[in-house]
This record gives sequence, C-alpha cells and structure tokens, in this order.
Amino acid sequence: MSGLVDRHVAFVEALRAAGLPVSLAEDVDAARAITRLPLDDREILRTAYAATLVKRETHRSAFDALFDLYFPALVGAGRTAREDEEVGDDAGPQDTGPALKDFQQRMAEAMSAGDRDAQLELAIEAVGTFGFLPGRGPRMSSFSAYQALKRTAPEELVAQIVEGLMSRGLDEDSARRRAAGTIAAFRQMVEGDALRRIAEEKGAEHVAKTTVRPTIDKLDFSSARAADLEQMRREIYPLARRLATRLTQEHHSRRRGPLDFRRTVRASISTGGVPLVTHQKPKRPHRNELVVLCDVSGSVAKFAQFTLLLVFALRDQFTKVRAFTFVDHVHEVTDHFRPGADVADVMAELAAATSQAALWGRTNYGRAFSKFTESYADALGPKTSLLVLGDARSNYSDLQLDVFADMVDSCRHTWWLNPEHTRNWGAGDSAAPRYAEIAPMVECRNLTQLGEFVHDIL
Amino acid sequence: MTTWFKTPDHAREQLDSTGYLADPATATTAYLAGELGKPLLVEGPAGVGKTELAKAVARSTGADLVRLQCYEGLDEARALYEWNYKKQLLAIQMSGTGGHGDAAPVWDDIFTDEFLLTRPLLTAIRREEPTVLLIDEVDKTDVEVEGLLLEVLSDFQVTIPELGTISAVRRPFVLLTSNATRELSEAVKRRCLYLHLGYPDAERERDILLTQVPDLDRTLAGQVVETVARLRELELKKAPSIAESVDWARTLIALEIRDLDPEAVSRTLGVVLKHSSDHDRAIRELKLL
Repeated sequence: MSGLVDRHVAFVEALRAAGLPVSLAEDVDAARAITRLPLDDREILRTAYAATLVKRETHRSAFDALFDLYFPALVGAGRTAREDEEVGDDAGPQDTGPALKDFQQRMAEAMSAGDRDAQLELAIEAVGTFGFLPGRGPRMSSFSAYQALKRTAPEELVAQIVEGLMSRGLDEDSARRRAAGTIAAFRQMVEGDALRRIAEEKGAEHVAKTTVRPTIDKLDFSSARAADLEQMRREIYPLARRLATRLTQEHHSRRRGPLDFRRTVRASISTGGVPLVTHQKPKRPHRNELVVLCDVSGSVAKFAQFTLLLVFALRDQFTKVRAFTFVDHVHEVTDHFRPGADVADVMAELAAATSQAALWGRTNYGRAFSKFTESYADALGPKTSLLVLGDARSNYSDLQLDVFADMVDSCRHTWWLNPEHTRNWGAGDSAAPRYAEIAPMVECRNLTQLGEFVHDIL
Repeated sequence: MTTWFKTPDHAREQLDSTGYLADPATATTAYLAGELGKPLLVEGPAGVGKTELAKAVARSTGADLVRLQCYEGLDEARALYEWNYKKQLLAIQMSGTGGHGDAAPVWDDIFTDEFLLTRPLLTAIRREEPTVLLIDEVDKTDVEVEGLLLEVLSDFQVTIPELGTISAVRRPFVLLTSNATRELSEAVKRRCLYLHLGYPDAERERDILLTQVPDLDRTLAGQVVETVARLRELELKKAPSIAESVDWARTLIALEIRDLDPEAVSRTLGVVLKHSSDHDRAIRELKLL
C-alpha cells in the first residue's frame, strides 16, 4: 500500500506542476475514492482520479498524458516480448529487411480489420523493435517514436488498408476516412508507448516535465501546431458565448439606474403598502464603435485571425465593428464577417485577402498607419475605440509615431495587443516600447489572456 | 447512510435496466458519488443526457427526484425556503384581536415550521425517503446563488437564522448539471466530483437509438449514427447531440424512410442542424447535391 501512496502523491504533484489546481481536499477525496474501488481495472482507476481531480474539460488531455506515465498499462515490452524470445534465435537482425516487411504486412491486416488490441500490440512492438536507441550502458538507452514511425511508415499502407476496407463493403470515401483515422490513432499509440518506456527508464517525473503540453487555452498562439489551431478555432464560439453570458450577468448586477416608482409601489402592496424593496430602472447599456486594425504578416497572422473572430462573435456588444488588415498597405475586411457566417470559410477568405494588404510583403507599421489615415480617416471618431493587433516589428522602417499619436487622439480609447512575451518587447526590430508610450500595450499570448482582455474592455 | 450502488458494475446494470445506457466512466463516477456521499457535477454540450442521468439514478434506485431548475435571477426565496408572510400577518392580526398585552409570544410563534415554505433545496434535505436532488443548469444562475449552494453541497445542511441549522436526515444523491456557458467557481467545483459527458461512441449511440426508438431498424440506426458522427467532425456552430439523433430517427420513422440516402439526408437535415450556415456546410462537405 505504501508504494501506492507514494505513486499517488507523486502523481498529484505532477498534475499541479502541469497547471491543474488540485487542492488538498480533492487530493484526499481521490485517495478515499480509490480505496473504495476494485483496483483490477485500470480504466476504473483513471475514472476515479478524473472525477475527483480534474474539474475542467480542458485539463483532461494533460491528465490523461500524466496518468499514462504514472500508471502505465504494462511494464517493459509486455506481451510482445515473449514472442520476440521465441523467434530470437533466428539469424540476422530483428529490425531490417524481412522483419520490417513482415511487420508492415501484419500492421496492414490489423488496420483493415479494425482490430484495436492487435494495433496496440503492434504499436508496442514497433517502439521496442524499430524505435530502440541503444545506449552505452544501462539506463542510457532510449526509445524514439519518431524513429519507429519513420521506419515502419504506416502512411505507405493507406492504399492497402483502403483496399482491405473496401473489400469489406465500405465505399471508397468512408474507407479513406477510416484509414486516415486509424493511422492517426496508431501514431498516437506509438508516441504514447515511447513515452511510457522512456518514463520507465528515466522516471516519470523526468518525462512529465518535458513532454506535457500546456492546455489549449494556455497554449501560445505562436507555438500552436495545425491540430491545435483547429481546436482553438472550435473554442472561439464557446469562449464568445461564455464572455457574453458573463457580461450580461455583470451588467444586470450593476444596473443601478433611477428609481422605478411604479414597480416599487406595485411591489409594496404585498408587504401591506410598506416599500421594503426598491426597484430600479435598468441602466441603458453603453456601446462603442470598434475599429480593429491588425497586422496579418506571417509572424502574427494566426493571432490576428483569432482576435478578429472573437471580436466579431461578440459584435452585438458594439454598435458597429470595422476591421482592417495590413502588412504595408491597408485593406478593409469587414465584409467577410457576415452574421452567421461559417468560421472555416471566413478564415479561408481572410487568408486570401492577405495579399491585398501587402504591396512589397515587408511589414511596415509606419506606412500602414499613414495609409490608414489617408484612406479611412472617417472610421475614427470620438465614439470609436481603436484596437491594434501586432507585434510592432516594423523591419527598422520609419515608425510615423506622430501619425499614430494623431489616430490615438481622435479616438475614445486605444489598445494595442501584442502576441509576444513582454520580455521580447524592444528586442531586435520590435518597436513595442516606443508605440507603448502612445497607447497602452497589453501582452496577449493565448486564449485565456485574449478572453480576459476582451472582457475587460467591454 | 444509504447505499446507492454496490459496485461500478452494479451501477451500470441498474442504469441499463432503466433504459439509460451509461458508459463505464459514467457508471463508475455515479457509483463513487453515492459511495463518497459527494455531489456530482456533470458538464457537457446540450442534449447528451445530463438531466436524464439524474432521472435514471432516481428510477434505478427507487428514489424520488427533487428538481431545482436554475435561471438568472434565482434567489434564496425560490431555492431554499421562504417565510409565508401572509399567514404570519394573519396570525398576528388574530392574536391582536384576542386580547391586550401578551403580544410577545406571537412573535416567537410565527417563526415555526408551520409558516415555513420549503423550496427544493430544503425539501431534499428534510426528506426521510431516498432522494435524488437535481440542480439543473447551474451555470445559468448568478454567482451569489453558488454561495448559497456551498453549505448544502458540503455539509448537507441549511441554516435558517430564526430556526437554527437543519441537517440532512438522509443524504440525498446530488447531481448538478452545467452547459459550461460560464466557469463555475472553484469553491463549488472543489466540493463536487466531476464528470464530462461527451458524445458517445458509434456502438453505444446505436444502442441508445434502438432503446429510445423501438421501431427503428438496425441498419437504419447504423446509417443515422454514421452520418451524425460525420457531421460532428465538421466545424459546426452546434454539433448534433444524442437528442438530435433520436429526433432524427423518429422523423425517419414518421416519414417512413427506410434507407438514409443523400436525398433523404438533405430533406430531413433540418432536424439535426439548427443554423443555416451549418446546413450549407454539411451539404457541401457531405456532397449531398
């Protein structure tokens, strides 16, 4: 039992290190929960830990990764090891030529049959045989998922799997989708198993520190991979909805307008004519016009798109929203955001429209600002809030600080969102500190910061 | 203490027998909630069976369901208890006409059980029979109501200043549901077990359809599940959930459609997708035209 307690404590520590807020009370709950359960099923243990320790769905992937490290499904090569020993006497190396061919053949069969257990065993075998990196001494060897996947090359089998699935009565379209899904799942199995073995060699703490990624709402826009971006995009609408709900509730709780005489008297009748509770008229909400001016050059394009989507998802909080993109030229993109438009389409249109914001393709903030005042000066007025998005990296060109200062003066509020970490402001060609003297600049690197910022300005 | 379920497997069998097909995680968590005597917070998209879970727990254990539907502006008087002031006024007037002087005893008398109107939270706590307390859509309330819930959720008691503290005679099985439109406070989350209900896998969803829509044919159910699964992969504003697939299956039965071909899908797509942009996207991606 003491071994289990140590494991439990180490696991909770690792969860905290990964950013999950696990309180002492929850820790105790988890320990109580696992004593009430049959411990012969790993999935039940996982569920018990998840129910007691993880209170937010976005934390679930980090939890699962750590759970696999601290409570691995098997030790060493597991069941596949025995088979290896049986054929171990054969001449020749295990991981080249015919062995590889044979492995690919078995992999294709398992994948077209849709046999998950067989696939899992193959993944374990792939890491053990093809992903093994021998070291000089004990505890120096390691495993590489990259190596294993590169050598076994599951992608080469797509055609074969599709054929296999079609012979089972699927049409080509769904066979292709199924094959792609199976291979992606196999890659994940291999990656997971490699991590498990490294954790076994070097300790779970070591792996937990280096491999667990931040949750999607804390992930930097700049370090997001393609799959992360898609997930973030799916988060935009829920985020907007949460913000809108929170805003309405806060506005309601702050509605202290003038006394509503009629309602107060009406309510006093139920207390015998004594006005115990006063009722106020709701305050009229104060709404701004918003102008968004965003840098869409390569380095910050993703960040700009997210912010634009979020702003437009919240458009009913403003009287009017106009959006402009720039690289070294300014282009209006307001038209792309039709009410109820499809997110994926809007993103594609925005990407296509980027070329119209660039003449030479080198970011030039100074030129963009002066072009903006030339062509769209009417967009700014005393009721307007101006939101500038960009990293303020202007390729050492003329910054046109006075033009920007004029723009700021003509608006009610100005904010500048910078997707870079504060410590990088002013490094290299970044003009962030100089622009920050004119307009308040806010660091905004992930969805959480973005959500907080948008909430604060509304 | 009541035993709600004996083991995780028992929980699963019991829930199955009422027609709620729970996955292992749901069954285990429901078992734990009963065993540890902790409230269970269920979160997930609309229409995946969160409220239904509470009803199934009540049905399978023979308990009664007490429901508190949350909405914006819900307050103490409608969630916990209220003094029946009309009755209190009458009592004061009655005693006033009776005689002079002794008004003091009346002031004590009007704060008794007789004048107390219990609302769902207090009702659930005072019941002596097994009770399932469902606090539905807790994210719709104001933050202050969460504070009100804390005492109930952690100690299963309610403090009424005039009467004192009323503790639970028998701990109810508390289930809170949330659509996550708002982040609940850490204090509430800390006191609850947490379960995220997502979309079920294909096989379970087919079984759910077959239990909910008895006339449904197996192959048609398979087709519905497969199409819905594809729709969920698309980037939609509102992905169809189980409630929508059940509606869809019922629609197909009503229209006597036996085979879900592209034409049938595009004719009945309105049952599953509720946004016009989602509609357009689905038609384009599934190549329906």
